[in-house]
Amino acid sequence: MSSIPRRVIARLDIKGPNLVKGIHLEGLRVMGDPGEHATRYYEGGADELIYIDIVASLYERNNLTEVVEKTAAHLFVPLTVGGGIRKIDDITQLLRVGADKVAINTAAIRNPDLIREASRTFGSQCIVVSIEAKRRPGNNGWEAYTDNGREKTGLDVIEWSKRAVELGAGELLITSVDKEGTKKGFDLELVEKLAALPIPVIACGGAGSIDHVYQAIEKGADAVAVASLLHYKMETVSSLKTGLRNRGIDVRV
Amino acid sequence: MSTKVTVIDYGIGNLHSVLKALHHLGATVELTGSPQRVAAADHLVLPGVGAFSDGMKGLTARGLAEPIARACEAGRPFLGICLGMQMLLSESDEFGKHAGLGLISGRVVAIDAQGMKVPHVGWNHIAPPAGGSWPDTALDGTAPGTMFYFVHSFVAAPSDPKHRLAETPFGNQKLCAAVKRDNITGFQFHPEKSGPAGLALLSRFLSA
Repeated sequence: MSSIPRRVIARLDIKGPNLVKGIHLEGLRVMGDPGEHATRYYEGGADELIYIDIVASLYERNNLTEVVEKTAAHLFVPLTVGGGIRKIDDITQLLRVGADKVAINTAAIRNPDLIREASRTFGSQCIVVSIEAKRRPGNNGWEAYTDNGREKTGLDVIEWSKRAVELGAGELLITSVDKEGTKKGFDLELVEKLAALPIPVIACGGAGSIDHVYQAIEKGADAVAVASLLHYKMETVSSLKTGLRNRGIDVRV
Repeated sequence: MSTKVTVIDYGIGNLHSVLKALHHLGATVELTGSPQRVAAADHLVLPGVGAFSDGMKGLTARGLAEPIARACEAGRPFLGICLGMQMLLSESDEFGKHAGLGLISGRVVAIDAQGMKVPHVGWNHIAPPAGGSWPDTALDGTAPGTMFYFVHSFVAAPSDPKHRLAETPFGNQKLCAAVKRDNITGFQFHPEKSGPAGLALLSRFLSA
């Protein structure tokens, strides 16, 4: 399938007031102030930013409002915010403080109608369904997880993705729990399967080099979300995008 | 002196990022749904994300269509963004036929996917249509090929080719990315979410 230019998205996992990074979404290490990182990534040319409160659903709360309010004032690219969104009011609140889209995972699985209701209320363009995918033992596809890869749902990732599209999701954010934080490359088979869906797919989890990002794009990812690669300063947004452009990918530099 | 700009609030969508960008550029921003305030405005911005019919209902219920038309006729700088651009046209096919503001003749039609993903979401290049150019327009100073952030499923089709200010490539097609008639400009993309290139366009609009 032909595609418009690909997007490079900086993903910031947030716990309390801090930017954190784990491996397989666990063993979180504090990386610093989310605002400073967000500003640096924006100035470096990130096409979008994603903030995920990665402990929110565990504690049934959402503390991102404050972080968004503090950091979004000088960001002029789309900002997606997720973690702990359970109802329409949570979305309204986040949009009011500066989010452009929201990412919903746990609540969408518990109550799929939330996707339908949210996309009707705010428009599909505003609703990103976030899916944590873990390979099943054997060559048996992927299972959707919640709570940062801790809770099984019994749902097949491909089936759940199709259902999310039908319910009105505007984009899908697919995080490979197996690859997340490893810097060993994306789950390319997963990326390829999901890229065939009729809505944009953001591939996340495993980027440790420009080549990894290039491979995910080659497999059809409409956008890639990167975290470790940037947080550990292995690449800057600008060097990553220049590298992609040098490999023949149309990106904004 | 800081430019005064009036952002039209008609009860739809998320206006936060438009207001934030205009504030950032040092404008004095008034957000209003009052027909009197709109009629008295210097610079007008009509933002919007959402369905065409909801948008038009929001404008007509507040009595805003007529003061918008008058401000445009009076030569006031006017900028429509996304749905705010689409509503400038005569009519839309989105969920049934709906009349628009009719300030630019033409229709709003569903994007014909032709194997591409719809909605058109992401950054894309813009360029003048064949034979067109941008001097003395809202895009003056923008290099053809510059990328902006789009998110839409419907697209404007102005009936007069000279009202088509910019296009963006979409598979084998070229979608209308900006419209212009006299002092009226519309951007299909979101300048307020398009980084420094987008802020530069808003800044140019404020200095018009």
